[in-house]
Amino acid sequence: MIDLDPFVLSRIQFAANISFHILFPAITMGLAWILLFFRVRYTSTGDKHWENAYHFWVKIFALSFAIGVVSGITMSFQFGTNWPGFMERTGNISGPLLGYEVLTAFFLEATFLGVMLFGKNRVSNKVHLLSCALVAVGTSLSAFWILSLNSWMQTPAGYIIEDGVFHVDSWTAVIFNPSFPYRLAHMMAATMLTAAFLVMGVSAWRMKQKVDGPGTAKIFKAMVVITMLFAPLQVVIGDLHGLNTLKHQPAKIAAIEGVWETHRGVPFTVFGFPDEATRTTRFALEIPYAASWILTHDINGEVRGLNEFEGEHPPVAAVFWSFRVMVGVGMMMILVSWWAGWELFRRKQKPSAALLTAASWMTFSGWVAVLAGWYVTEIGRQPWIVQGLLTSADVVADHASGVMLTTLSGYMALYVFILVSYIATLRYMASKPAASLLAMQQVPGQATHPQSNAGA
Amino acid sequence: MDLEFWLPLFFAGAMGLALLVYVVLDGYDLGIGLLLPFADDSEKDIMIAAIGPFWDANETWIVLGIGILLIAFPQAHGQILTAMYIPVTLMLMGLILRGIAFDFRAKAIAHKKDMWNAIFAFGSLVTALSQGWMLGTYITGLGQTGINYLFSVLIAVTLPALYIVLGAAWLLIKTEDALFDKAMHWAQKSILPMGVAFLLVSIATPLISDTIADKWFSFPDGLKLLPIPLLSTAVFAGLLWLLFDQKALRAGREWLLYGGLIVLCILAALGLAYSILPDIIIGQMTIWESASSTKSLLFTFWGTAIVLPAIIVYTFFVYRIFSGKTTALTYE
Repeated sequence: MIDLDPFVLSRIQFAANISFHILFPAITMGLAWILLFFRVRYTSTGDKHWENAYHFWVKIFALSFAIGVVSGITMSFQFGTNWPGFMERTGNISGPLLGYEVLTAFFLEATFLGVMLFGKNRVSNKVHLLSCALVAVGTSLSAFWILSLNSWMQTPAGYIIEDGVFHVDSWTAVIFNPSFPYRLAHMMAATMLTAAFLVMGVSAWRMKQKVDGPGTAKIFKAMVVITMLFAPLQVVIGDLHGLNTLKHQPAKIAAIEGVWETHRGVPFTVFGFPDEATRTTRFALEIPYAASWILTHDINGEVRGLNEFEGEHPPVAAVFWSFRVMVGVGMMMILVSWWAGWELFRRKQKPSAALLTAASWMTFSGWVAVLAGWYVTEIGRQPWIVQGLLTSADVVADHASGVMLTTLSGYMALYVFILVSYIATLRYMASKPAASLLAMQQVPGQATHPQSNAGA
Repeated sequence: MDLEFWLPLFFAGAMGLALLVYVVLDGYDLGIGLLLPFADDSEKDIMIAAIGPFWDANETWIVLGIGILLIAFPQAHGQILTAMYIPVTLMLMGLILRGIAFDFRAKAIAHKKDMWNAIFAFGSLVTALSQGWMLGTYITGLGQTGINYLFSVLIAVTLPALYIVLGAAWLLIKTEDALFDKAMHWAQKSILPMGVAFLLVSIATPLISDTIADKWFSFPDGLKLLPIPLLSTAVFAGLLWLLFDQKALRAGREWLLYGGLIVLCILAALGLAYSILPDIIIGQMTIWESASSTKSLLFTFWGTAIVLPAIIVYTFFVYRIFSGKTTALTYE
């Protein structure tokens, strides 16, 4: 039973903020590279369709980027306003990692975004291409640093603790901590899939509604290729990531699998209702030996159960279900992308109406998978904020629950409003015929003629 | 060299610099947001276009400022931000509204544009007011009594005045003709309230904070501070003359107003630095007491030393690309 203590409210607020925030970087990180691809294709082939594709999607990129930036600023402040103990205890480690993100990534992407969006008539094609590339590099660098910190919280390394305060022993060990390479690869592939399914879904919808230009089929095809490669690749990366988690955070894996008692030959529970009160999984539908086989690659392998970690394991049902949602969406991604590939490349036909409908249903599938995946890993880390060393309850700020409730409701209202506006705008833009989009302004009143008497 | 002594000082300076740059740069973005309701529809488009390529990077300076507080002074970071929970939350909501309104308005269906314009202005106002409130809370040493709130309110209304003048000054640089005249008019109307507000804050600051009063009015150390009010008054008088004489501003030197405001902000920042240092929370904690370990600071120092000059260079490069007047021609 949830009571309204400020700790729970702080956690809900942080979860709401970070859930809302990640939706947009998940798009922009992948989309930045896709946009660069459009620009490079146009430059090398001279095919106007790629240029049109760039102009359509760069607008959605700009919008998503802006929401990502402003919701990201919220995060950087909330470390201090709600979790002051985290910085007081781990500041020596988390501070520099966040600092390097600001210094190497935020300024780079924000500054060159200006050139990317508004500078096309003011700089040469080369400089514009370079700006697009720098924005893409900036977004990925940002992921590098923040995932390094996140991974360190999951699998801390390279530290010493003196009087409760963390100090750095080795920066290499801190940055490249055990789970970092897996998490980075998993997230980068996730952003590629999120962006590619968004572009593919909107393109499919436009083809179905007959508001597309002749270039839309080309974009659709390019996205099919990307998703056909990345969807299966993500399964491989996810599996490796899971094995890494088993080694370092066995309690999280036990929650994912819904395994209560440590034993051998563990079945994989496809569905079921984990119940922490009775410490059983009710109505479990199981595949015999499968969990042991997946986790240890041996049908009789031993899997450690939740009862080994009683009092120190995450809430089971949330982790258990999030994992199944993530994997389910991932399977759908493989199915739809390979179905599309089979139609386009094997049968060499125009995409069927059924395929276009399926693809447009998958437009926001990346969001669902990314959120579910993050819930697995973040809820799965609880009750710890730094795995095994520092609990979330230790570091929370002592705000009155009335204040917390007010700010939380404010944020929620704001996020719902933005999300509704975002999807409405996307739909509005997608419904516009290609010809009218070409004439659509980037921002009304873009500066076009440089003068010599420059200020600033 | 004594790193334990110098590194916290370096980061205090870097943090002050980042926040100063933030005020000067995002100040004009926010000021234009505050002025937006007073312009007609086509002017609104130009005003938004005048900040289009810049606002995102401008906003990043506050992230750097708060980032340095977090990196270098983690002990103070938590205390300061926890004490400012409400104004910080309001500011974040203001920044969110302003930022999304900027991008939505360009893509919105025509009849929704008015709504996004209003949200843009409202977000800018909330941001400016809450930043003033934060500054007020900070100067009073995070005090939570009635008189401290009063002082915070005083600063809360000062900062928007500064932002409005900055916004108008930026428009002088970026616009022509009717909007240029309007910007001139806006600047004339708001510069005096800005001056009065600055004066009031200067008078109230030593009254509210004993620590600051001791520094200002001790002899002979207080004399070191004297150049700041004298210079500020001179610069302010110069700005008044510029605005009401108008000749220089209309003769191609329209950047003079913005330049003068930058000088004024630098002087204010120096005065503030002198009043606060070496404390990071006035009267409670020094920069050395709250600093991270030297090893962590050194690691960040090298990164900052390499990357910050690069940031300044490419920021300058981008400002050059977009130099000159903004016009309404824009179909791609």
